Amino acid sequence: MNPIRIFISRDAASLSVGSNKIAQAITQEAARRQVQIEIIRTGSRGMMWLEPLVEVETERGRIAYGPVTLEDVSSLFHAGFALGQDNFAFAQDHALCLGRTQDIPFLKSQQRLTFARIGVIDPLNMDQYRAHGGFAGFEAASKIKPVEIIEEVVTSGLRGRGGAGFPAGIKWRTVAAAPGERKYIVCNADEGDSGTFADRMVMEGDPFMLIEGMMIAGLATGATHGFVYIRSEYPDAITTMRAAVELARRAGRLGKAFDIEIRVGAGAYICGEETALLESIEGKRGQVRAKPPLPAHQGLFGKPTVINNVLTLAAIPWILEHGGKNYAAFGAGRSRGTMPFQLAGNVKYSGIHEVAFGMSLREMIFDISGGTASGRPVYAVQTGGPLGAYFPEHLLDTKLDYEAMIAAGGMLGHGGIVVFDDRADIARQARFAMDFCAIESCGKCTPCRIGSTRGVETLDKIAADIDRTRNIALVKDLCAVMTDGSLCALGGLTPMPVISALTHFPEAFTQSPAKPRAE
Amino acid sequence: MNSEETIAIIQSECERARAFLDQKGNPRTALLPILQAIQSQFGYIDKDALPLIAQELNISQAEVRGVVSFYHDFRLEPEGQHVLKLCRAEACQSMGCESLATHMQERHGLLPGQTLPDSSLTFENVYCLGNCALAPAAMLDGKLVGRVNKEWIDQLISGVRR
Repeated sequence: MNPIRIFISRDAASLSVGSNKIAQAITQEAARRQVQIEIIRTGSRGMMWLEPLVEVETERGRIAYGPVTLEDVSSLFHAGFALGQDNFAFAQDHALCLGRTQDIPFLKSQQRLTFARIGVIDPLNMDQYRAHGGFAGFEAASKIKPVEIIEEVVTSGLRGRGGAGFPAGIKWRTVAAAPGERKYIVCNADEGDSGTFADRMVMEGDPFMLIEGMMIAGLATGATHGFVYIRSEYPDAITTMRAAVELARRAGRLGKAFDIEIRVGAGAYICGEETALLESIEGKRGQVRAKPPLPAHQGLFGKPTVINNVLTLAAIPWILEHGGKNYAAFGAGRSRGTMPFQLAGNVKYSGIHEVAFGMSLREMIFDISGGTASGRPVYAVQTGGPLGAYFPEHLLDTKLDYEAMIAAGGMLGHGGIVVFDDRADIARQARFAMDFCAIESCGKCTPCRIGSTRGVETLDKIAADIDRTRNIALVKDLCAVMTDGSLCALGGLTPMPVISALTHFPEAFTQSPAKPRAE
Repeated sequence: MNSEETIAIIQSECERARAFLDQKGNPRTALLPILQAIQSQFGYIDKDALPLIAQELNISQAEVRGVVSFYHDFRLEPEGQHVLKLCRAEACQSMGCESLATHMQERHGLLPGQTLPDSSLTFENVYCLGNCALAPAAMLDGKLVGRVNKEWIDQLISGVRR
């Protein structure tokens, strides 16, 4: 009899709640009971509230159990969770049995294009990658001219998933047309926004997809060298990406026409800004460059450079395999395709939800995420990371697409959604936005470097009820200066959470005094 | 600090950068990898390593110092045997990380940036570990931890104290 195949995630989030210990306990229990099993370590399905999640292969498909604790392992075997592969041999009566993984509503309601393989295959098994459609996009791209690759990307409507939303195809076209022998593809994997983790999950769960996306970008633009700049807070992603690059080199996919080097950040949020990231790769302080020149003309080492976010490059293989038109068939308005939204913070069902643009925040938070984890009312929602707006309840019907979010005074950013219940102190959140900007400012421009510190001081005065009306006016004025006068998005967008807090939650600035955070 | 070992690290990182870019030019691009390799080897960057790096990369010592001081990761002093980084960003705030930081101060006498008197543990802030769906999150010696609570912190600290 073939061994029973059991799938357990090795994504850092799953490991963070003990998936390694569960895998070990299952191995030991199987040996004790003399059951033949094979454990396959995958990426995560992205249903984080169910982690550690254990799946068992049966004829009916994979059956899921979770969240599994060490105490559950013996009872799972006792209930027959690893009995056999025929239709009814699984522990359907066990309290942790969730039925077929693919039928779990959170997963079933998704449109997984980028995340299709994540949680399904062993991330570092190239045979499994190929068997699940891997490299089909690259092969399609190899059969057409570079200009035709770019046309597919333009047709797809794919926009920069890092937050800026610039059309990827136009960026590629600019680099392809730029004169020069040496060009670079740089992948921005400095995913620093709180509430976002999709880049990390791609790198840990399907690293060859990112490599394939970069190879296609190389074909399209004539670039021969690529860098992936990963933040140091992601040690597991760094290890997996390094291993994947090495495997791709050994398989002859990297190293000749195109090669990739993994670079690691050093704890600076600002290096997620594209020009600061380029400075960092060049061995300098991560200070923002004035634009123009655009990186597409003069980027890394002064050469034409494509710099794209992980999710942008990870969408490319699907687009080349299935065609730009099919990708553009998903979405709303000028936001085409799908987005892996990240449901984070105080939500009941947390994790990755990849769907076409256009769902409302309310549907995402209540229908998909089941409201708050604490069971208390949703009070504020921050979308788009630390520079995104705080939305009150009455703005939750805003659609999740680039333009609709901007029209409502917020931004989609990298697709992170952080939910706060009614215990949140929004005045303190506004202070944190200014404080974070002060900590992370690169110091190049004055509005950001000085403005953020003055912002913290003034918000403290408001909290202490010192000349409140005048100081609120002063913060608004300061925000206008930062928005208009900063060199990059850090100083330019820090006012967004602050102004949204003042506009939508005025009670927070007149009642409960915000305590300064422990320093 | 072992100078020979340090120089070997510097040269090997320069060589790697040159080989990847298949060009001779200025290997300054190797500066972050050099600093990371030195810190990973010795636990911190000894200030005596700075002139060696500057010389090898043909840049001024001020430029090397400027890079070291810019990035939060680099340190010129050793830290505790264990390092606990507690996420203080928004998603973790929504799940109560601030009360964990208060607990660290009130119960264990540690403010961010401080080390226990017996050098067994350093406590630091971090802004996002990408574990926002299992908040509050922390990182202990490079390993991610999810659903952190006060009991876990107390157990950790009583386990590492010497």
